[in-house]
Amino acid sequence: MRRGNQRWLMGMWLFFTSLLSSSAWAETQLNLTKGVTAVSREVYDLHMLALYICTAIGVVVFGAMFWSMIFHRKSKGAKAADFHESTKVEILWTAIPIVILIAMAVPATSTLIDMENNDNSEVTIQVTGSQWKWHYKYFDQNIEYYSVLSTPREEYENQNGTFEGNNAKKNENYLLEVDKPLVIPANKKVRFLITSDDVIHSWWVPAFAVKQDGNPGFINEAWTNVDEPGIYRGQCAELCGKDHGFMPIVVEVKSAADYEAWLNEQNALTASAADAEKASLSASMSKEELMQLGEATYMAHCAACHQPTGLGLPPTFPALKDSVVATTGSVAEHIALVRNGKGMMPPFGKQLSLKEIAAVVTYERNAWGNDTGDLVQSSDVNAASGE
Amino acid sequence: MTTDTIDTSLDDAHNDDHHDHKMTGIKRWLYTTNHKDIGTLYLWFSFIMLLVGGALAMVIRAELFQPGLQIVEPDFFNQLTTVHGLIMVFGAIMPAFTGFANWMIPMMIGAPDMALPRMNNWSFWILPFAFAILLSSFFMESGAPNFGWTFYAPLSTTYSNGSTAFFVFAVHIMGISSIMGAINIVVTIMNLRAPGMTYMKMPLFVWTFFITAYLLIAVMPVLAGVVTMLLTDTYFGTSFFDAAGGGDPVMFQHIFWFFGHPEVYIMILPAFGIVSTIIPAFARKKLFGYSSMVYATASIALLSFIVWAHHMFTTGMPLFGELFFMYCTMLIAVPTGVKVFNWVATMWRGSMTFEIPMLFSIAFVILFTIGGFSGLMLALTPVDFQYHDTYFVVAHFHYVLVTGSLFSIYAGAYYWLPKWTGHMYSESLGKWHFWCSLISVNLLFFPMHFLGLAGMPRRIPDYALQFADFNKWVSIGGFAFGLSQLIFLAVVIKCIKGGDKAPAKPWDGAEGLEWTVASPAPYHTFSTPPALDEEKD
Repeated sequence: MRRGNQRWLMGMWLFFTSLLSSSAWAETQLNLTKGVTAVSREVYDLHMLALYICTAIGVVVFGAMFWSMIFHRKSKGAKAADFHESTKVEILWTAIPIVILIAMAVPATSTLIDMENNDNSEVTIQVTGSQWKWHYKYFDQNIEYYSVLSTPREEYENQNGTFEGNNAKKNENYLLEVDKPLVIPANKKVRFLITSDDVIHSWWVPAFAVKQDGNPGFINEAWTNVDEPGIYRGQCAELCGKDHGFMPIVVEVKSAADYEAWLNEQNALTASAADAEKASLSASMSKEELMQLGEATYMAHCAACHQPTGLGLPPTFPALKDSVVATTGSVAEHIALVRNGKGMMPPFGKQLSLKEIAAVVTYERNAWGNDTGDLVQSSDVNAASGE
Repeated sequence: MTTDTIDTSLDDAHNDDHHDHKMTGIKRWLYTTNHKDIGTLYLWFSFIMLLVGGALAMVIRAELFQPGLQIVEPDFFNQLTTVHGLIMVFGAIMPAFTGFANWMIPMMIGAPDMALPRMNNWSFWILPFAFAILLSSFFMESGAPNFGWTFYAPLSTTYSNGSTAFFVFAVHIMGISSIMGAINIVVTIMNLRAPGMTYMKMPLFVWTFFITAYLLIAVMPVLAGVVTMLLTDTYFGTSFFDAAGGGDPVMFQHIFWFFGHPEVYIMILPAFGIVSTIIPAFARKKLFGYSSMVYATASIALLSFIVWAHHMFTTGMPLFGELFFMYCTMLIAVPTGVKVFNWVATMWRGSMTFEIPMLFSIAFVILFTIGGFSGLMLALTPVDFQYHDTYFVVAHFHYVLVTGSLFSIYAGAYYWLPKWTGHMYSESLGKWHFWCSLISVNLLFFPMHFLGLAGMPRRIPDYALQFADFNKWVSIGGFAFGLSQLIFLAVVIKCIKGGDKAPAKPWDGAEGLEWTVASPAPYHTFSTPPALDEEKD
């Protein structure tokens, strides 16, 4: 535990103040999400069926127990009977549960067969989990992007001054918001091919009743067909390391027309990004520009492990402040490390533009007192790769 | 089987004490081969581990008291959940049951001691080292294991923080200890029963431990295998679980859960045995359906080998696999149901009193059944896709393991404390322990069902705002439940130090050979086997 006494005191203080304060949070949900697909509603009905059956059995069994606890107690003069077996009764209470189980297994089987039928999809999207963000790639389109938590670090690290302030400043979709949501069309069968770059993740959107693990090196399938446009939120469901709690999923379901418009817009963006990449090769950025873009890029992609302070979380995540790589080491090696990754560090070459890599390397070599004075431009990054 | 007229000379047992040179001080405990001493060691060890694991849980609950990162870093949070799980499973629940086995099995079957007393000593004394290794990693630069008690690869191999080796060796030692303990139980029960005690006349308690010991012998080597594969994947370049080398991370989960599911029953079958002993005693009526209880226990044990993949429905199994494991899992409800119905039938038209062991047993039946209900719901594959890896699952297995296994351990401890210490425990203090625990444990775990259904994933250090209200109450329940366990410590210490003198048989409805010897039980009992009466009914 790194944060020491001060954090403990804060915790105690929070404990006592929040006991007194009434809840200002979003409304509390008691039951399973019904969802917005035919499958999710089937799942919900099955859940309710199981819940009612269990409640009914509970009433009978616990009722019998409480009856005998009340009326068959010694203090009321109850004398113990001496029966201790009855084949007839025992066969009966073996058979009845079997019948009940069959009644539950039948709808469960048909729902499951529906869920596992991945045929005839109209849109296919590859979903790749990557510590700790999601990568979406649209088949037959020139569209792929990363989707990263957009709740500001100050909100979840409680850096907003007073303690009451911290709670008041958490926004409505705290920890369930991303920079770029996944966009899918309504009323079309969308198939997801789910995998992972590193550890096992699990892609879960409760409103679709879709939860499927992304296993590194293997591809799993899942599908959905959403009735109504809207925004639906979920989270990674499989422990995937330090920031497992901080990789939400947001899906924006658009009507067919809106979806088409969005596709066109995205394809155009991809094309202009390629042009910008080419243009950046001949451009030269000032130190201020590089440091500004570098800081933004660092906070979004690097700070989770290497920390905003550049101190890292040794020994797992090394410090960059005063490190060889970011000070005396060569710029080319530094660029190569960012592009290609090493060990647990993922390669950022395909996630970041040349300009962003140039900026983030510049930032790392000049922030936190590293002060090497090195300025790195897109053309350096391009040259260093030799690709 | 009635046992009141057994011809065991207590004087003989007493004489044994004189020519047994019981050592004094620490050496008595280090060198002991006496089943009662070793049982005591196991029970104290497990209680200490319960407090350690509980302390970790209370830090977890403090962090989750409200949204935002308050007290610990996310990585340390993962270390807490991991070590909490490992300590509670391998350090608290399992050794507590081994303690009961050591103390009670020889006394229940009329044996002088366990069959392999030196191995018995060893199987206990390696345990503290295992947990010292595991806990010491908290103080190392790498930190403690942070990949969950289920240690899924590759989070625990390529992406681990360097604690994997310590974790693997700690688990190996725990496994060796469990296997030796289990072999000892099997050998003792097969060879040292009093003349005339056929298998179907054994107390149900002995039956459940017998079956549990077989499960342990079957699956602990599987655990040893999987952690060894983990070790070589991490440090020696193999790729059992790495697709890049031709392996498969999902294979890890198959092997782990092939151990893990029987492990769940290892932690609940002995609880069935304890409760099946206590309910008849305080209902003053024979256990209903003794033989169906034995068959139900055996069926549950057998079924436990063919349901492992119900923990893995979201890993991308083929439809056929999902259906097979769903049906097999649902089937377990049948023998488990038989057990619950038999307990209720035992109470029915009995003559009940409600001393502390009975209170814990009744709470066990109700709350374990609630855990069973959520288990049945989880078995349904389509809905499991929604429940899996949420707080619904956390609620489920805590109902089974805390209000199930742990409550049965408390029931058994109160039931046999007079036999162990020679004194009656304080009934009023015991009532405080029971009612505080009962109320707080439900405040702690029941709202977790709602959290899970509303969509809160497990193993997260911070959560969205709609989960805030319930988490606050859950945390308060957690602190209260943790503190309530200190009352039990007070009960036990008070009971050891003094209290009303316990008669040989303090419960008028109790049956079994253990009640035919004095309280406290002499250091050596049944040096000559007791003679059993003929079955009278």
